[in-house]
Amino acid sequence: MTGVVVVGASAAGLSVAETLRRQGFDGRITLIGDEPELPYDRPPLSKEILSGRWPDERVWLRDEAAIAGLELDLRLGVRADGVDPAAKTVTLADGVMVSYENLVIATGVRPRWLPGTEGVPGVHVLRTLADARALKVLLARQPRLVIVGAGFLGAEVASVARTAGAQVTLVSDLEAPLADVLGRDLGALLIGAHREHGVEVVTGVLVEQVLTAGGRAAGVRLADGRTIEADAVLVSIGSVPNVEWLAGSGIEFGNGVLCDEFCQAGPGVWAAGDVASWRHPALGTRLRIEHRTNAAEQGMAVARNILAGGDPVPFAPVPYIWSDQYDLKVQIYGLPRGADRFALTEGSVDERSLVGLYGKDDRVCAAVGINKIRAVRAARALVAAPTSWDAAFRREGTTV
Amino acid sequence: MHVTIDEEECCAAGQCVLAAPEVFDQRDEDGIVVLLDAEPDESRYAMVRDAAAVCPALAIVVHE
Repeated sequence: MTGVVVVGASAAGLSVAETLRRQGFDGRITLIGDEPELPYDRPPLSKEILSGRWPDERVWLRDEAAIAGLELDLRLGVRADGVDPAAKTVTLADGVMVSYENLVIATGVRPRWLPGTEGVPGVHVLRTLADARALKVLLARQPRLVIVGAGFLGAEVASVARTAGAQVTLVSDLEAPLADVLGRDLGALLIGAHREHGVEVVTGVLVEQVLTAGGRAAGVRLADGRTIEADAVLVSIGSVPNVEWLAGSGIEFGNGVLCDEFCQAGPGVWAAGDVASWRHPALGTRLRIEHRTNAAEQGMAVARNILAGGDPVPFAPVPYIWSDQYDLKVQIYGLPRGADRFALTEGSVDERSLVGLYGKDDRVCAAVGINKIRAVRAARALVAAPTSWDAAFRREGTTV
Repeated sequence: MHVTIDEEECCAAGQCVLAAPEVFDQRDEDGIVVLLDAEPDESRYAMVRDAAAVCPALAIVVHE
């Protein structure tokens, strides 16, 4: 037995290692991470860490003793450069070669930059602890900050930055930011909350260029010719899966590592977390999910399938995400994107407390809650088991 | 097995309740975790370990 090699030492990779041990696997586990830190948690970076509500040390996923207890061959601060599935070896950037019986690819994603802005002083992204620390130093100066991209990450940073006293402009190329995931009403509710808190929200226009002065970011120019002056720019326009290191290996990748419903990409090759694209058996579609809970659940599923030998179990989670913005806690079960209908089952937009269901092809495909934590958990059942739209409303009752 | 929770850490995701409903619940008003059974029966060990593992806030500690 030459053991399991896990490439990627964040939530998904750690979940694989921990689950293997919990299930009694006593072989070698090599955990490789390109960042120097012990595994840490990313959702707090744009929330508690950035706002300073938590000290940095609360970001570690496990303390040193717990990591030591896993008896890992832990290799941090070194990238994996390539893999040879025939020889079953992974080559690291420091020249070391590690052999495996099972390989788990959990290399995650990296931020997408606006072209030509990577490395420009004053232009930030937020993915790593180092990124969060740099952004936190910036916010302490109460800067003028332009945030490019109004997805959950950009919106969360806008909320923290505004609360910290920064002058924030949130720019989205979409006419209705967040409407692609939440629908128009709830997207408008969230964007409205930003405006109420004093964020300048600019929609429906692309950022053409980051302007610089003396080599530093000094603002942005929009496609309609307007310019917005700023002391710094945060680029939050999505992510790119870290798959390039697999080039030439024969492991299939595209928008992520292409896996089957068991999260397997080939003999003895698996993927978990943000980088894994797999066939969701119940939804009948290929998914790649960049969310924290999926990383943990998929890591657990992969570890169990590795140990299951010839009897693996398809990975069929109910996706879950949450986002905190000002006093709004948003929770979503399922996949609202592409829904053809939406209706509230409890509360209202005006109360800023509600539960709603999204439907597609006459089935409930997602449930959303805003400041309704228990009720949305109950509504999850309508997403977990196939439920027709009408049946859901017979059960739930409706305020619409 | 002895289970402890950290309310301060809890982000109210509710994943623990889904994993082990006999051991965890959530407060009505804010969704913060409520520990129903700090010394769960052996038959529930596996689900409690899963609950701790899927907690996105790492608010559940299992002492074994």
